[in-house]
Amino acid sequence: MKEKILSLVPGAEFQENKQYVTFIIPSDKMRDLAMKLKNETEFSFDYLFCLTGVDMLKYLEVVYHLESTIHKHELVLKVRTAERENTSVDTVCDIWKTAEFHEREIYDLLGIKFNHHPDMRRIFLDDDWKGHPLRKDYVDEVNIVEL
Amino acid sequence: MKEVINLPVKNIEEEEYHINMGPQHPSTHGVLRLVISLQGEIVKNLKPHCGYIHRGIEKMCEKDTYPQIIHLTDRLDYLSAHINNHAVCLLVEKALEVEVPERVKYLRTILDELNRIASHQLWWCSFGMDMGGLTCFFYGLRDREHILDIFEESFGSRLLHSYYTPGGLLQDVHPNFQKRVKDFIKYFRKKIKDYDDILTGNIILQERTKGIGLLTKEEAISYGVTGPSGRASGFACDVRKHHPYGMYSKVEFNEILFHEGDTFARYMVRMHEMRESMKIIEQLIDDIPAGNHTAKMKAIIKLPAGEYYQRVEAARGEFGVYVVSDGNKSPYRMKFRSPNFSNLSALDHISREGKIADLVAIGGSLDYVIPDIDR
Amino acid sequence: MGIKNMKETDFRDNETLSLFKKSGGNILLTSVDALIDWGRSNSIWPLTFATACCGIEMMATGASRHDFSRFGIEVYRASPRQADVIVVAGTIVNKMAPVLKRLYDQMSEPKYVIAMGACAVSGGPFYYNSYHVVRGVDHVIPVDVYVPGCPPRPEALLFGVMQLQRKIKLETIANPRKSPNT
Repeated sequence: MKEKILSLVPGAEFQENKQYVTFIIPSDKMRDLAMKLKNETEFSFDYLFCLTGVDMLKYLEVVYHLESTIHKHELVLKVRTAERENTSVDTVCDIWKTAEFHEREIYDLLGIKFNHHPDMRRIFLDDDWKGHPLRKDYVDEVNIVEL
Repeated sequence: MKEVINLPVKNIEEEEYHINMGPQHPSTHGVLRLVISLQGEIVKNLKPHCGYIHRGIEKMCEKDTYPQIIHLTDRLDYLSAHINNHAVCLLVEKALEVEVPERVKYLRTILDELNRIASHQLWWCSFGMDMGGLTCFFYGLRDREHILDIFEESFGSRLLHSYYTPGGLLQDVHPNFQKRVKDFIKYFRKKIKDYDDILTGNIILQERTKGIGLLTKEEAISYGVTGPSGRASGFACDVRKHHPYGMYSKVEFNEILFHEGDTFARYMVRMHEMRESMKIIEQLIDDIPAGNHTAKMKAIIKLPAGEYYQRVEAARGEFGVYVVSDGNKSPYRMKFRSPNFSNLSALDHISREGKIADLVAIGGSLDYVIPDIDR
Repeated sequence: MGIKNMKETDFRDNETLSLFKKSGGNILLTSVDALIDWGRSNSIWPLTFATACCGIEMMATGASRHDFSRFGIEVYRASPRQADVIVVAGTIVNKMAPVLKRLYDQMSEPKYVIAMGACAVSGGPFYYNSYHVVRGVDHVIPVDVYVPGCPPRPEALLFGVMQLQRKIKLETIANPRKSPNT
């Protein structure tokens, strides 16, 4: 399977020694790959079980954990953004509907916008909250009490 | 002869209006705000507004050590507190490649299943109460007290225990544990027949739940609806069967699947799951091996750098923990894949074109716990 | 001597209670007071308000084992206009605080507040490092009784209700409890 994905997306980078088969995908190729992974029968990754955003200081990362209910294999895809401010990634919420809420959460807490998302606004915090709390450089003297 | 003139009359019911089922409401099971667009009595659109109990647990985890995080995971989905703890403990043990003693595995599995029964009892009592049958409230909580007594004898607290720790358990169970669990199973097997008498065969419940709130299997997979709600639509997602942990690979139990996907199917899955949990406990309770209650762990736990993911079957679905570690004693990023968050995303789809009165039944059958949605 | 400075043995003693009441006001008013306060304290109806884990213990207190209907809490009212007491059970966050204030304002006099659980008392386990938690519900509304615990046992909540009943019994018509808004 690893070879097939490498052949589909030549720019993908395989990461060694991870718990699941992990690839780093350039952000412009993510959406096409996602459509193929869902629709083609040899992959049929129909279950997106975890969608995470991670702040890796130099860049922000979106991690997709996928599973196929038919073939029972798992896959992890990571998309890195070029910069920290005003970044955006293509949405996958029309492919896997669970992504709608998860992408809103990533926007709320990390600040990554998703293109063509039907409802891109904050989900947990108030609409006028300033900043994105889960970032490593988030400072809030008013609210946070440090130990 | 007069002519009858038919003037066009604007039908007021054709217009849509919004109502707010606000954060404080007796049947939203917590602080969830639903803004519902109605046309007459038919639900056209539903937007949930979350965040009224968002405590920032994921950010707090970045400053806490792994044993301290156990206390925070208790408070996520507090009705399956043990199972949440189990996920974090398994992740740490897998990353550090620590083998826990057999006794610990047996006890953890038995306590997980007891927690699952307690959670379903509470679900049953609030589901019946939302439908209007107040007796269910008292029956469910009365029987739940027996499980809480068992917990209290061994660990001292009724609801949030933080009993599992990476490497094993905080302390050994009370010597009476085995006998009390066996007595409870005998007691509850009789009582669960009462539950069926009151509610399952009740014609009012069946009229209110059969054919209401349909969710097909493809939609359940796409929305990520797992747990009893997903299994009622035919999505075979039981983590205990497909990615076993603890003693689940060595006991025999059925994965309950229904295919109708309506509210009544979600109800029946949970009733059967209570019986399956009792079956699992009966297979394990007599053979608990003697031994240590914990493996030897270092005082300060540091996970090697890398990413780890662990999934367990909480009472409401698949609970996952994703950790990105950079070698310190606190995680760099900790994400909880909460089952109720995904289940809530399907609520809009399920309740469309249904009546507003069915919304309470649908919400009760999806059984969401709001602090788990908001983390 | 106020209620805060009393020794605990004196507070629990019923004779001290009646002496305390007799020390102010004339005989006619104290009998009327006694009747009204007895009625008010034995029939406190709470609002259905439970945010997080303490809500489950509140439900367990109302269930059949630790029945708090025997203390007068007969039934929960869903509407704040009809409720006497609000038992804030669970964490209050920044987004929920205006909602709680609005609910408290909608309740009619006399109204009381019980802060149940460590989160409502002072922020609880979420005190450090959280960006969204209100550290103690008394930042938002005035609290009468604090019940600590995480979650407090049902017996602890019942003791808190009994403290509230004693507090109500000390009120007089001549000096009714003033609402902080008026």
